[in-house]
Amino acid sequence: MIPLSWYLTLSALLFSVGVFGVLARRNAIGILMGIELMLNAVNLNLVAFWRYLTPTAIAGQVFTLIVFAVAASEAAVGLALIISIYRRRSTIAADEINLMKW
Amino acid sequence: MSVLQVVFLVTGFVTLLAGVMVVASPKLIHAALWLIVSLAGVAVLFVLLNADFLAVVQVVVYIGAIAILIIFAAMLTRRVMTDSGPTHNPTWWLALVSALVLLGGLLALILQVPAFAQAGPTGLPLADSGLADLGTSLVDANRFLLPFEVASVLLLAALIGAMAVARPAAKPEEGAE
Repeated sequence: MIPLSWYLTLSALLFSVGVFGVLARRNAIGILMGIELMLNAVNLNLVAFWRYLTPTAIAGQVFTLIVFAVAASEAAVGLALIISIYRRRSTIAADEINLMKW
Repeated sequence: MSVLQVVFLVTGFVTLLAGVMVVASPKLIHAALWLIVSLAGVAVLFVLLNADFLAVVQVVVYIGAIAILIIFAAMLTRRVMTDSGPTHNPTWWLALVSALVLLGGLLALILQVPAFAQAGPTGLPLADSGLADLGTSLVDANRFLLPFEVASVLLLAALIGAMAVARPAAKPEEGAE
């Protein structure tokens, strides 16, 4: 039997790795990859709670499906923005995109 | 230690290692490939949690669509990053400290609930891990029809928005620049 706390610990570790990626990466695509890691950790948490605490209510799986849809749209729009910035500025380093910095 | 526990530990280790490589790898393409490994590890964990349908969706949507999209974007823009300095911010240690503080807080929270350490998976009420229930609940007006439709509208908006944002500027505007 795998205790629920193992899943929660792994999920917390994965989320922290994603946070580090978002904060430390210079490349905008690297930042997006960090966000994907964080979303995955959240999904893992949701499914683990569904399986261990409320297996009769399907809401945990539905919530995860909605997160999938949001992640897909986030990736599509985010990468479109990055391509657009790359066309205009020839860079995708997050610290060089300072057009709207006061 | 049971077989399932060994499977969990190996999968969790691989997932975590791949995650660390995603944020640490100097080459963006390598990071994207490690991301695929990490996503596949999470799919295996979904199978361990009896969420078969979600595991399939994870493979199809995350590995099949999002990871490939990221690889495409990395290929379209990769030339710049090889010669524009380091791949991480100069203050990456500050990011490491923040991530570690967050991790410590989360772990402290998890350990405060002793029920989490003892909770075992209860028997599933339905034989097919609730797949039929999941399907009907998504089209039932009294359950999750509204979130489902909102998600489809969101996807449509993202589709049109992504095309509008990524499309090159019109010709006259280019000449004016």
